[in-house]
Amino acid sequence: MKAYLSDRMGAALLMAPLLLFLGAAYAWPFFGVVNWSFTLPEPGLGQYGTLLSDPLVQSVFVRTLRIAAIVTIVSVAAAYAITVVWVRGTPAQRVIAEFCILVPFWISVLTRAFGWVALLSNRGLFNTWLQAIGFISEPLTLVRNEFGVIVGMTHFLIPFAVFPLASSMRSLDDRVLLAARGLGSSRMRTFWSVFVPMTRSGIIGSALIVFVFSLGFFVTPAILGGGRSVMVAELIYLRIFQSPDWGLGAAISVVLVLFVGALMALVFRYVRPRQLI
Amino acid sequence: MQQPGRAAEIKAIGIGKSFGSFRALDGLTLDIGRGEFLTLLGPSGSGKTTFLMILAGFVQPTDGRLFSDGVDITERPAEQRAAGMVFQGYALFPHMSVEANIAFPLKVRKKSAADIKRRISEMIERVGLKGHEKKLPSQLSGGQQQRVALARALVFEPGVLLLDEPFSALDKGLRGQMQAEMKRLHQETGTTFVFVTHDQSEALALSSRVAIFNHGKLLQVGAPDEVYDRPANRFVAEFLGEINMLPLKDVRNADNGATGLCEDRTITLRGNASAVGSNAILAIRPEYMSIAPEATAGENGIAATAVASTYLGAATRLDLTTRQGAKVTVSVPNEVAASALSKGNSVWLTWPAEKGFLLPDGGQ
Repeated sequence: MKAYLSDRMGAALLMAPLLLFLGAAYAWPFFGVVNWSFTLPEPGLGQYGTLLSDPLVQSVFVRTLRIAAIVTIVSVAAAYAITVVWVRGTPAQRVIAEFCILVPFWISVLTRAFGWVALLSNRGLFNTWLQAIGFISEPLTLVRNEFGVIVGMTHFLIPFAVFPLASSMRSLDDRVLLAARGLGSSRMRTFWSVFVPMTRSGIIGSALIVFVFSLGFFVTPAILGGGRSVMVAELIYLRIFQSPDWGLGAAISVVLVLFVGALMALVFRYVRPRQLI
Repeated sequence: MQQPGRAAEIKAIGIGKSFGSFRALDGLTLDIGRGEFLTLLGPSGSGKTTFLMILAGFVQPTDGRLFSDGVDITERPAEQRAAGMVFQGYALFPHMSVEANIAFPLKVRKKSAADIKRRISEMIERVGLKGHEKKLPSQLSGGQQQRVALARALVFEPGVLLLDEPFSALDKGLRGQMQAEMKRLHQETGTTFVFVTHDQSEALALSSRVAIFNHGKLLQVGAPDEVYDRPANRFVAEFLGEINMLPLKDVRNADNGATGLCEDRTITLRGNASAVGSNAILAIRPEYMSIAPEATAGENGIAATAVASTYLGAATRLDLTTRQGAKVTVSVPNEVAASALSKGNSVWLTWPAEKGFLLPDGGQ
């Protein structure tokens, strides 16, 4: 009992710096932001009222949800295919898949966003090639719009979608798949009616993570959206840094944090934190 | 395996399987009769499961051919062979209800909804799962999951049912119950059953024939009493149950059997025992041996001293040593054991002439 207590004390002491840091760097400032949202420019719920009535704020929220939803669907679908190869492929396929999953992690988010600008802009690689082979005559608008934002965000988020999927695919009992085939089911049918349903928790976990990450995206939409496809995080930035409207920025922040918090609570019902990395 | 509702006849010719340099199965030739209950018995790594996987089509043999009802199915993929299969650990679909699990092979075969409904309710009735139709596998006990696995494997009337150690996860009581159930299902369906186990008592209790494997080789095939009473070699003899072995000298063929010398006593063997050399090993199952106070002329018997006993409830296991130091175990009624031990001196071990058999001296 004594040893157990001292173990717990030891663990608490080891965790203390982290908790202090989180408290000082995140919790305390956040309470400040909550405070602003109720006090600037005057005390009351005025900013939350604006938030509910201002068509601009609402259009940004709707756009954010739409982009997050599309990015989630595309990322999870792509990640699913990659993960199947990574977890169940031949050794050579696994190495290739692993490389594709890990390389994006080593490249900064800024570099990747500008990389996409270079690829997608009017005089970028895609448009030049498509014009060169005569597929199009006028350049397509692939960037500084929602399309560009979705491409950039999907690319960034696929690796994050992979991990929960991989853990659900790894824990799957191979004999169940053999059983399906032995009962006369084709590989296709086995995949759709046994494999996919059995990785359901991975799909849900993966989708929630991508969705939550998408909601708070800042750099990628700011660069690839070119100010025309503003998402919530960028709106907060604009309110706080480029206008004196701190109260509204703070209120939007609070709503975003609450929404994300609720979704994270949902995530952890399906996925253990350990499976996310 | 292709005609539903009809038991399949399988012929394996020279089947071998190598995993790299490891020879998992070697030169296996075996006929599995229509409607037979064949058990593949052997220690782990003996090749029995590999052979089952080859029958199912999950593993491709490195050499040899496999025929079902005269048709070569060596290269036919598992989903087209459609042998019913019950896996170790059942391998039920965890996201599907009992009903949906059993319906799966029928849906894959695009049976009509009415047909599926009728067959599921028939099957659920047959394996005693009424009232559990809507439950998920995780809500069922081990025995119930086992029943679902059996129902799912039998519902599409496969020509052969393959079972991979299906009872290994069940406790002893449930095991006996499921064994009886399986025997009944075999009789009712008339399908060919191929059953893998490492438990010899299970093999002897269930099968019409037992095939014994070791180190990738098929050692012997025969009816349970045949392989138990007349094992082809020492491995089979020892694997199927306890056995006493005594060195036998001066072995020669005799009228309807053989004779030999064991510790200066003349021993006779009757039945299909024949001398293979002048020295051999005489093998007798412990339950065929009994204890007598004196030697009787003309009967097999040797002198021994009781050294220890183990009370087993219904009987007592008695360990004895012969004059020349061979160790023998017998299973005798409790009071016989008590008197043999209390005497502390020599008793006679006797056995009928037709219960002894010869194994080649030395090696396997």
